[in-house]
Amino acid sequence: MSDTKKIVVVGGGMVAHRFVEAMRDRDTDGQYSVTVLAEEPRAPYDRVALTSYFTHKDPDALALGDPSLWEDELVTLERDALVESIDREAHSVTDRYGREHGYDHLVLATGSYAWSPPVEGSDLPGVFVYRTVDDVAELRRYVEDRSKGLGRPVRGAVIGGGLLGLEAAGALQELGATSTVIQFADRLMNLQVDEGGGQALTRLIEKLGVTVKCNTATTAIKPGKDGSAGSLEFADGGSQLVDVVVFATGVRPRDELGRTAGLDMGERGGVVVDDTCLTADPDVSAIGEVACIQGSCIGLIAPGNTMAEIAVDRLLGGDSTFPGADTSAKLKLLGVDVASFGDAFAKTPGALELTYADPVAGVYKKLVVTDDARTLLGGILVGDASAYASLRPLVGSEVGGDPAGWLLPEGSVERPNVELPDEAGVCSCNNVSAGAIRGAVTEHGCTDLAGVKACTKAGTSCGSCLPLVKKIVGTELEKSGIEISNALCEHFDMSRAQLFSAIQVSELRTFSEIIERFGTGRGCDLCKPAIGSILASLYNEHVLAQDRAALQDTNDRVMANMQKDGTYSVVPRVPGGEILPEHLILIGQIAQDFGLYTKITGGQRIDMFGARLEQLPSIWKRLVDAGMESGHAYGKSLRTVKSCVGSTWCRYGVQDSVGMAIALELRYRGLRSPHKLKLGVSGCARECAEARGKDVGVIATDAGWNVYVGGNGGFTPKHAVLLVEDVDDETVFKVIDRYLMYYIRTADRLQRTAPWQEEHEGGLEAIREVILEDSLGICADLDEHMARHIDTYEDEWKAVLNDPERLAQFTSFVNAPDQPDPSLAYVEQRGQRRPATQDERDSGAVLIAPSTLEVRS
Amino acid sequence: MTTVSQAVDSATASATRTAVCAYDRLTPDLGVAALVGGQQVAIFRLSDGEVYAVQNLCPFSGAYVLSRGITGTRGDVPTIASPIYKQVFSLLTGECLVTMDKEPKPGIAPDLAVYPVTVDNGQVYIDLAGGE
Repeated sequence: MSDTKKIVVVGGGMVAHRFVEAMRDRDTDGQYSVTVLAEEPRAPYDRVALTSYFTHKDPDALALGDPSLWEDELVTLERDALVESIDREAHSVTDRYGREHGYDHLVLATGSYAWSPPVEGSDLPGVFVYRTVDDVAELRRYVEDRSKGLGRPVRGAVIGGGLLGLEAAGALQELGATSTVIQFADRLMNLQVDEGGGQALTRLIEKLGVTVKCNTATTAIKPGKDGSAGSLEFADGGSQLVDVVVFATGVRPRDELGRTAGLDMGERGGVVVDDTCLTADPDVSAIGEVACIQGSCIGLIAPGNTMAEIAVDRLLGGDSTFPGADTSAKLKLLGVDVASFGDAFAKTPGALELTYADPVAGVYKKLVVTDDARTLLGGILVGDASAYASLRPLVGSEVGGDPAGWLLPEGSVERPNVELPDEAGVCSCNNVSAGAIRGAVTEHGCTDLAGVKACTKAGTSCGSCLPLVKKIVGTELEKSGIEISNALCEHFDMSRAQLFSAIQVSELRTFSEIIERFGTGRGCDLCKPAIGSILASLYNEHVLAQDRAALQDTNDRVMANMQKDGTYSVVPRVPGGEILPEHLILIGQIAQDFGLYTKITGGQRIDMFGARLEQLPSIWKRLVDAGMESGHAYGKSLRTVKSCVGSTWCRYGVQDSVGMAIALELRYRGLRSPHKLKLGVSGCARECAEARGKDVGVIATDAGWNVYVGGNGGFTPKHAVLLVEDVDDETVFKVIDRYLMYYIRTADRLQRTAPWQEEHEGGLEAIREVILEDSLGICADLDEHMARHIDTYEDEWKAVLNDPERLAQFTSFVNAPDQPDPSLAYVEQRGQRRPATQDERDSGAVLIAPSTLEVRS
Repeated sequence: MTTVSQAVDSATASATRTAVCAYDRLTPDLGVAALVGGQQVAIFRLSDGEVYAVQNLCPFSGAYVLSRGITGTRGDVPTIASPIYKQVFSLLTGECLVTMDKEPKPGIAPDLAVYPVTVDNGQVYIDLAGGE
């Protein structure tokens, strides 16, 4: 490894991350080691999503890519290691602690800093910029403290009405402050949108309660009585009272290192590089916002990532060059869609502009096309940017048909169906072309969106191109003759969601009626359990009612979990993990009497293994008599609600998490769903219950509860995402009622909540609209359905114990009910028994046969 | 594992049949297990009234569980799915139709033994000797 060359990357932002990721991805021979010297005390994070830090409050949620990248032996990440000088002759840089780092190749990725104009008072307490996690954290703290001190909403002002300014205004609103945007230019986002777009944007933003002042120059920030920011003064003589001011007046390249190292500087700053990202020194590259490429510095992530890829390619002997910056952008600011792409201002000679404006709905759209109206050059979309993903890659290609189809509201006119050229860029974050996505299907055998995402990285950063990726994948699959079928199985052409509504509307209650009406044949192991589950979700009748026993998997059929040797495990419900000593004793007694192996489950209850089919009723009789009930550990249904001990005992707890967990578990017990459901409740932000790894996680705050949705452990772990914040108990129940019921009605067979909400049209945002704003008008129905579930719950095991006919199913052999399965054999391990392995059976090791076990019941 | 006794002459098969239970004891599409001459047999009465019997041993798990699987059809073939790893077998021939990309346990054939069933006077009879 002695000939491994050393790369030093100065700067630890998103572009540095992309550089390291791409290098480790492509440098398969280990030619280079990479050391990243980051100024911030943390690994690179998603700065574009900075505002989400307000909602999530978790810096980890902003993590970029796979954290194991930093554990690679060829990668070193030095945090808090601001570089102070470069010695190009000695090939070495020196950090703030005086440590020298030698390099074979140096990459400058120092990014930008938030620039604020030299306004009087810009150094007062209460004046902030908006660039790093620390900036946001400080702003947050200040606003929270200030609002406590003032006893009224904090007055916020943002100077700068660009992209970052609107983000900051949104962040202030999130914090409960009022916000005013002060814009020097004549409209908001003047770099991205034209006058018409600016007007539409102003109307939409004002509707959200943000005040907008354009054509306004701020001349001074005056201190209030306590010496912190108190009012703004404007050039036109006006003024405004403020408590907090955020500067969002643009960024400037962090080029001081390059400057002192004697590298060429651009006219407006930035280290000058050629199209291969090299500076005049062949051993020094610059990438991202600090690089002045083709005459300018570009403050967008997509071109920065492209530069990182080019620098890596060049170091590995490739010949790629910078294609020119794609300055397209699609944003959701305060919930308002804004997109701008290509030649948005129609600077191309002879360009035509097609506009559509609906001031009432707050929509403004413009397409820029060539003088023959055939080729798309660019566009602006405000208020409804749904066409962005399809249009941006079309820049430079024929629009096909009537371009007006793209301007009118979706659905009113058919949009031209255009086949993208292979070279059209689809995912600009990761520079993935339409051709690469097609290749993932045709050459790499991907058959679904998830596969294509993993294969090409398309849509894995901002996700705005996902609808288009999905469409291309669908078209390509169709062409390859692979049918994308939603059919449940050969007996039903419908998807689970379609079948759910069909059954609901038709009010059919038995499998034979349902298959006769909606399917063909006699069913199978795929459609039967799915319909059994739908019927249980709809009517909450017993899983074994009517002809339903035969629909269920063995687990639901005998209400226990089958293990590898054909015996079952038994799990009584322990709501919230809170258990009476007498129930603990009873479980121990039963396990002893029946010779069952006991283990604590991950869901805070106790599992007893090795019970034979015919033993289940006598075990359950004892549990039910003592007041315990089925834990549904066997069902595609609510499993457990895990909790920490909460404020009743814990020094740190702020809410009664156990009480909440018990209430939730009793509310949703027995609820059948497309897949298992797990919930968690934590009593404070320390999150000891690991609630964000659950389908629904409830985490206590000082003011109430935050509800997170769509998490899971398992094969592809996912953190749940915030749905509502600081709500009271009643709202927790209402929101979860609707979320679960909506999931149950619309998910695919065996689809957990995380992929469901990811693949739901419009994602979690759309789900939020359905369940919080009632966008589909179904909330009353969802509420009523859940109320019916809660009212009609009965313990499944208790019901079976009272029914001799159902008890007859719990028989070992129809012609020898007193004989246990003779094939069972156990050995002892750590004081308990476990199934014997084949070797142990063959070698005649000391086996415990089941028939010798004494059963007292 | 399911060895079929070759000692019995197939001509006398009807004499080798064993009564296991009353037909009415069988619920449509819910299997039962029976012990026949020391062998575990899984018996299914389907919704069309037909009765089928196969070995109870699941070749892919080594556990005696097929009686507790879900019945169904693939095309016109009546099937049983193992409750452990969900392989699907024909009830007509015992052939494994869906392996779920798994191999059977060492020394066990992937296909099931099937046994002739007769229903006589309300009684269900299994003929082990007629198994294949």
